[in-house]
Order: sequence, then C-alpha cells, then structure tokens
Amino acid sequence: MNRNETVLSDVVIKFAGDSGDGMQLTGQQFTNNTALLGIDLATFPDFPAEIRAPQGTLPGVSGFQIHFSSDKVYTPGDLCDVLVAMNAAALKVNLKSLKQGGKIIVNIDGFDAKNLRLANYAEGVNPLEDGSLDNYHVTKIDVTKLTREALKEFPELGMKEKDRAKNMFVLGFIYWMYNRDLENTIEFLEEKFGKKEVILQSNIKVLKAGYNYGDTTEAFATRYRVEKAKLPAGTYRSIMGNQALALGLIAASQKSKLPLFLGTYPITPASDILHELSRYKTFGIRTFQAEDEIAGITSAIGASYGGSLGVTTTSGPGMALKAEAMGLAVMLEIPLLIVNVQRGGPSTGLPTKTEQSDLLQAYYGRNGECPMPVISASTPSDCFDAVYEAVRISVQHMTPVILLSDGYIANGAEPWKFPTSEDLESIEVKFKTELGEGEDKFMPYLRDEKLVRPWVVPGTAGLEHRIGGIEKQNITGNVSYDPENHQLMVKLRQEKVDKIAQYIPEQKIDMGEEKGKVLVLGWGSTYGAIKSAVLELRSHGHSVSHAHLRYLRPFPRNLGEILKNFDHVLIPEINNGQLIKIIRDQFLVDAKGYNKIMGVPITKTELVDAIKKMF
Amino acid sequence: MEETITKAAPILTAKDFATDQEVRWCPGCGDYSILAQVQKVMPTIGVPRENIVIVSGIGCSSRFPYYMNTYGMHSIHGRATAIASGLKASRPDLSVWIVTGDGDSLSIGGNHTIHLLRRNFDVNVLLFNNQIYGLTKGQYSPTSEEQKVTKSSPLGSLDHPFNPLALAMGADATFIGRSMDRDPKHLQQLLTRSHQHKGASFLEIYQNCNIFNDGAFEVFTEKSSKADEALFLEQGKPLIFGAQQQKGIKLDGLKPVVVELGDGVSADDLWIHDEKDFYKAQILIRMFDDPRIEGHFPRPFGVFYETERACYEDMMQLQMDEAISLKGAGDLDKLLRGKEVWEIA
Repeated sequence: MNRNETVLSDVVIKFAGDSGDGMQLTGQQFTNNTALLGIDLATFPDFPAEIRAPQGTLPGVSGFQIHFSSDKVYTPGDLCDVLVAMNAAALKVNLKSLKQGGKIIVNIDGFDAKNLRLANYAEGVNPLEDGSLDNYHVTKIDVTKLTREALKEFPELGMKEKDRAKNMFVLGFIYWMYNRDLENTIEFLEEKFGKKEVILQSNIKVLKAGYNYGDTTEAFATRYRVEKAKLPAGTYRSIMGNQALALGLIAASQKSKLPLFLGTYPITPASDILHELSRYKTFGIRTFQAEDEIAGITSAIGASYGGSLGVTTTSGPGMALKAEAMGLAVMLEIPLLIVNVQRGGPSTGLPTKTEQSDLLQAYYGRNGECPMPVISASTPSDCFDAVYEAVRISVQHMTPVILLSDGYIANGAEPWKFPTSEDLESIEVKFKTELGEGEDKFMPYLRDEKLVRPWVVPGTAGLEHRIGGIEKQNITGNVSYDPENHQLMVKLRQEKVDKIAQYIPEQKIDMGEEKGKVLVLGWGSTYGAIKSAVLELRSHGHSVSHAHLRYLRPFPRNLGEILKNFDHVLIPEINNGQLIKIIRDQFLVDAKGYNKIMGVPITKTELVDAIKKMF
Repeated sequence: MEETITKAAPILTAKDFATDQEVRWCPGCGDYSILAQVQKVMPTIGVPRENIVIVSGIGCSSRFPYYMNTYGMHSIHGRATAIASGLKASRPDLSVWIVTGDGDSLSIGGNHTIHLLRRNFDVNVLLFNNQIYGLTKGQYSPTSEEQKVTKSSPLGSLDHPFNPLALAMGADATFIGRSMDRDPKHLQQLLTRSHQHKGASFLEIYQNCNIFNDGAFEVFTEKSSKADEALFLEQGKPLIFGAQQQKGIKLDGLKPVVVELGDGVSADDLWIHDEKDFYKAQILIRMFDDPRIEGHFPRPFGVFYETERACYEDMMQLQMDEAISLKGAGDLDKLLRGKEVWEIA
C-alpha cells in the first residue's frame, strides 16, 4: 500500500480506558519505545484510587498521557492530538482535553448499550453516531472482536483471557501509526511472560495483529514520524520520578559509604520507592516494611543512630503521623531523610492525584520550635539530584531533612542523561572515633563552625553517651530545664539550619533576565509548565523570567536580592498558596499567586494567561 | 611465653555502669532496685560496654538510659521498640536493651511491641510494670485492675487490664519471663537469661510505684505473703509453693488445680515445669487471677517460655549475603545505566 509519511514535531497522545484495560502498561510501553528513538518526552499517568473501580463507569477511567517531540519537552502537554478511548466512559472523561480536530481512536465494543449507560449517556444517545464528534477524526475499530479473532488458534485461552490482550492490539495499531518497531515491547513481553508460553505468544500475536490492521486497512492515509530530539549529546535512558529517587538514594549511600536503611510503610504514591529499593540488596540496602508510619520513621532513626543512612518515605497522611519523631530527630541532631511524595489532601484526600499542599506542613508541622531543611524535586529525573543533595545536607549538617516530591513527577517519565558514578561528587562523612587532644570527656553537643555536633556511633569505646528528646544542656548534652539554656538551644538549632544557606549554591534564574518586569517563582513539579509558559511569552517579546527553587529551607542566600529585581512576582502552586506565604513573610514582597487545586498539574495555557495579567 | 599474653579487657564492675547524672526517681521507687540489678548484671554478660545500647520511651522508667554508662537513647512515647528494631536490624553486633513501662509499651506503643516480638529481633525488652501512670501523676494504665480508683477514674476504671505475658505469647515472643523489683537475686537471674536468649526477650518486672500505686505487688513481694502468693518456676522442677512448700499445682486435663502435698499427693504428681512447652506455657501465663479473689492461683515468676526462631536481623543479613554471592556486589554504573539506553550525538 502506498501511503504518505508525514513528519511531525510534536504529538500528545492520551490512552484512556477502564482501569482494568491495561492503559498504564500500554502507555509505558509506548513511552519506552519513544524514548529509545531519542525523541524527547514527558508523561502523565492519571488513574483512579480504586484498584478496580466498577467496570465501565466514569470514576473507573484510567489514563496515560504522553507528549513527545523532536524539540525539548517540558510538560505532558495541555491538550491531546490523539485520544485512544477503550470505552464510552473514557471518551466522556477525556474529550474535553482533546484538541479541536484531533483524532479519536475508539474501541466500538466499549460503546454498547451497557457501556453507554454506565458512562451516563442519555438513553439512546451514542456519541459515535449522533454527530457530536463531527469536529474530530474518529477511527472506529472493534478491538474486542479483532483481538478474539486473532486468538482463534488459542483454544486454551478463555474469553476473559483473550480480552485481556486488547491493549496490545491498540498498542500495535499506534506503533503502526507512528512508524515504530515492535521489538522493545516483544522483549518486554518475553521477560514478563517468559514462563507462560501461551500468554506470551497470544500477546505477541495480538500486538502484531494491531500493527497489521493499520497496515492493511484504509484507516489512515498517512503514517507519522517524529524525529529524534535535539538534546545535549550523551547517553540517555527513560526514568520515572520514584525510580530516580530510589537510584539517587543508592548513589548517595555508595558515595557516602553509609549503608542505606529504609524504614517505611506502604502509601500511595510513595510505595514504588520501597518496591524499587527492596530489589537492590546487592548494594547492602536494608528495606524494612514497618508496622506503621511511626515505626517507619523511628526505625530509620534507630538505624541512623547506629551509623546508617536512615531514610523514611511517605505521603501527606504519613507525614502527619511522623511529626513527633521528626521532632526527636531534630533534638537528637542526627541525619535522617524524610521523603514526602505529596498527594491531594487533607486527610485521605486524593490519594492518586497530585498536589503541592504539604509545604507548610514540612515547614511548620511539628510541636515546638523545630526547624528542618526542606528540599524539592522539580522533574522526574531531578528526583535523583534532589535526593542526592538532601542526603548530603543531612549527613554533613547532622539534621533531618525533608524532601518534597509529588505524585505527578513520581509517576511521570522523561529521558535522563544519567551520570556515571565518577560524575557524582563524593559525600564526605566523618564519625568521631576518639577523644581529641585536650578532651578528657566526650561532649556530644560541642559544635563545629557549621554548628554541627559530632556523629558518634554505638560500638565506639570511650565515647559512650546518652541522647534523648528532652531539652539538653548546651555542649554536655545532659538533661537541662534551665530557662536560659533552652532559649540558647532553640536559637542554636535554628541557626544551624539557617547556616546551611552558606553551603548551598546561590539561586539562579532559570530563564530570562536577572532584572525585569515579571518573575515567575516556582518550586517542585510546576517546573515544566512554568518553563514552557515563560518560553512562549518570551518568544512574543514579554519581559518575564523564571526562577525555580530547589532549596525551600533555608532559601538560597541571594533570593531576597533576586526578588527585589522584579516589578512583580508570580508564584504558581498546586495548592491554596503556601510558598507565597513564606516568601511574603521572609522578604516582605507583594507576590501574587496562581493556584490550581484540582489534583492535576497546571497547564502551560493557563499559566500563560495568568502571567499575561501581570503586565 | 610471656610475650604472647595479650592485654586483657578491663574487668568492669557495677560502678563502671553508673553515670555522673543524679538519679531522679522518687525516693523508695522500685526503679532503683532494677537499676542496681542491671548495673550488677552488665559486667557479667561478656559484652564490651561500648556495644551495649539502652533505648527507652517515655515515662518514669524511661529515664533509665541516663543512669547507665553505655550508649543510650531516651526517645519518644511508645517508640523505643521501633527505634530498637531499626538499630538492631542495621547493627546486629550491638546488645540492644529496651526499657519501657506499662503505658509506654502496652498503651501508646502496643503496636510496636507486638511487631517487635513477632519479628524476633535479638533484643531484650524490660517492661517495668507498676500498673499506673506515674510521670503524669497517677492515672490508670492498661495493666491497672478493673474498678481502680485513680485521678482519671474517680468512680473506678472500666478498663479490663492486659495480661502482658499473654499478649507476648499471642505475638509469638520467643522468650517470656516475669520477675520483681524486690527480689534482686531472681531479677539478676532473669536479666541474665534474657540476655542469653537469642531472639526477642520479653521480661515483665513488677515495680512498685510508692507514690501513686504503693503496694500493688506487695502480696508477691512481702515476706508474710510471698511464699503463698508467688510461685517460682524452675526448669524441670515441680510447681510447688507455700510457706512450708506444702502446696503444688497439678494438671487435671488442661486445667491447673492447686493441691496440698502429702496425703497421697507427692511432688511426682505435680506439673513439672518445662519452658519449651508451648501449650503448657499458655496455661501457666493465664494463671493471672486477682489476688483478692478467694481460691485464686499463685502468680508465677521465672521463665514461662523459651523457644528458638530465626532472628529478623540475621535473615535480613542472609538475604543480602545471598544476593551478593549470587549476583556480586552492586555496580552503581550498571544500575544508573539501566536496561535500555540511547545515544544522542
């Protein structure tokens, strides 16, 4: 068949179906396939909190959005070019995020009377037939029927098992549409189903059937191609945020020579860090699935006390439960890393949706004057660098550190120009092993120029000592209720954290001038949206700059200067205005907020509009 | 040859385990005796002082680490067991002791206690049970008897008390014992046994709070009643008690029965204590009557149960060792590279 091939620079596809339809897997496979071609990409998985919400219903829709391009990609895209809808509910939920004139690929079996009813379409209404989709290019495929037909020669498979391969048909079809090779998915299937020959062969069969369907039907007159992106030269891999975080922890453990101990309790969306780390025992990593959130952090405190790199991972509700133990770590002045992969709150909130609403909790959510450094990650691959830096600060400044990630970057993927172990700066850690010259007794709270006390681990003869959560006398560490001493210790603990500003880099302007009209100041996962919005406005000649904070506490020492250099400061956040409170408090700047609290990332378009209003 | 004589480790005494900190328990508190016995036992267990760590939670008893010249952490309420779990998991070489009270380990920290026991970390739990909240000045605790009048229960407590040893048994503890502050010799023996046990040792120590719950255990500790009310368990020995050693416990099927010796009943007819017997341990642990009730059983003291089970920290180490022997030590560059990469020129 003689078909044209059109080269596109930028495509957004959304795979949407029932939560049992395997859309996440389909999206991940397409992502890997895209990444291996050197095309830049960003993804956004969006799934319900229920493992299997009632089939065919609106709340049961699971989606996976991928934005890929031969240019640099910063976000998973605002609107899609292509929507794959496995049933009526998937269409209904996602139609609003499809561009006018976009392509819809539907499985018509998912639009029978029952599915239409479950998707709350009025009696007798079928969007595939009533003309409501006339502004789109609709490709109707009976995926269910074609999948079953492809599997005719697999009598040992039941109907349910056959239907489970539907997503492979769609994936094969999309591979054909974008001129792709099936190899990486076949390899993936071989690894996944290696021991189940029938399942393996049936999946490959359906994948190829989908591909061939595209090839032999007249569905599309054109196939598409997106060229390799013009990224900086180097070797790349695809990485998701939680995965990058786990790798960053392992790297930090290796480069600090501290054995890693993860004490944690499963919670969405942080559990994947535990899953990932539990596989790497060859790196001397201990993962401990504790009985609850509190035991997660306190076991990590125990491990840190013993000389390990103690880490605990969680999300908002778990942070609330860990608060008292964080206070203990602040009093003990020992290293500890607390990772919060934020989700929608309060309470159980929106477990599978993203939000940045735990910043004030990280700052202030403990009893007493209880300062702790706070670091944030801004993209999936940035989780690696952010956690590495968080560990460095924790072990070199003898303090618990909070790292904030969120559900969006935790599950999102992007290409990563990964470092080699040589590229990584080593993390120096010094244990005190004996009394120094002129010391006749060990003083556990004697501080150095950074105001940091010595780290002594049990097993060190001659330095036996006791520490605890009660206020302690400066230098000796003995229990003290003395009023002046308490004031001194509160100030010292604060000063110790403030001093970290001298040991972190100055804040840089990510894009734009150092001085100007508008500064968009962000933190965390809004990076991509801000970057692309500012890029667009600058291309239209607007004076707008972007600065993105990694260090939230303490702030970089030059942040105040930067803020003063702009007429207006806009702070976009996926919360009700949290960073803005702290910025106003610390710098007396009349910053404005842009706040979206819908469980989904801010889009570029929204942000462009919001920034324009600042001029 | 003289040259081969190596420098012996210094011989330590109880004094070497005391700190320069003033002990701040109320005069007459049972904690003093427990501290003294622990300080006496520590030099005898063959562990260098720097390898001993005492972790405590919150409560009167939890001040303990400050008075022991070892490594120590006075942590937060109820969490000593969880902190000790992480410490022992990552540092199996240390001798870890948990000092806790009935509120700390059975109320706010109950969850961690049962999980520590089922995982069987090789640590020693010393539960100072005084059946009252002392540090918060006299509220009923989870081991206080029903109807107890306290500051927070002026009309009597409605709570049914825990039987701590039954709880430990239910959590599959591998060593379960009971002792008391007023019997130093017995306490020293039980502390030593706790240390010797490989696995989680759960030792309940009856401790008198002379301020808020004075005399809670006096029937077991006072000379006049001790012989009749307390039953001291010894491995392989019959269950005999009483001022003249005239009474014993017999098993009638699954039911324990108090019998008088003589008149056709001899020691041979009695229940012979066997610490390894899982089923009999459960009956023994349930001999937990209120001593105010007529015809009650004496309260047993000693080692109720001991068994062997792999320790969590050892299995954790084993998994790592096996993974390394199978695949070799982790290679960071290989890990960072992952499975699939591509080049951009």
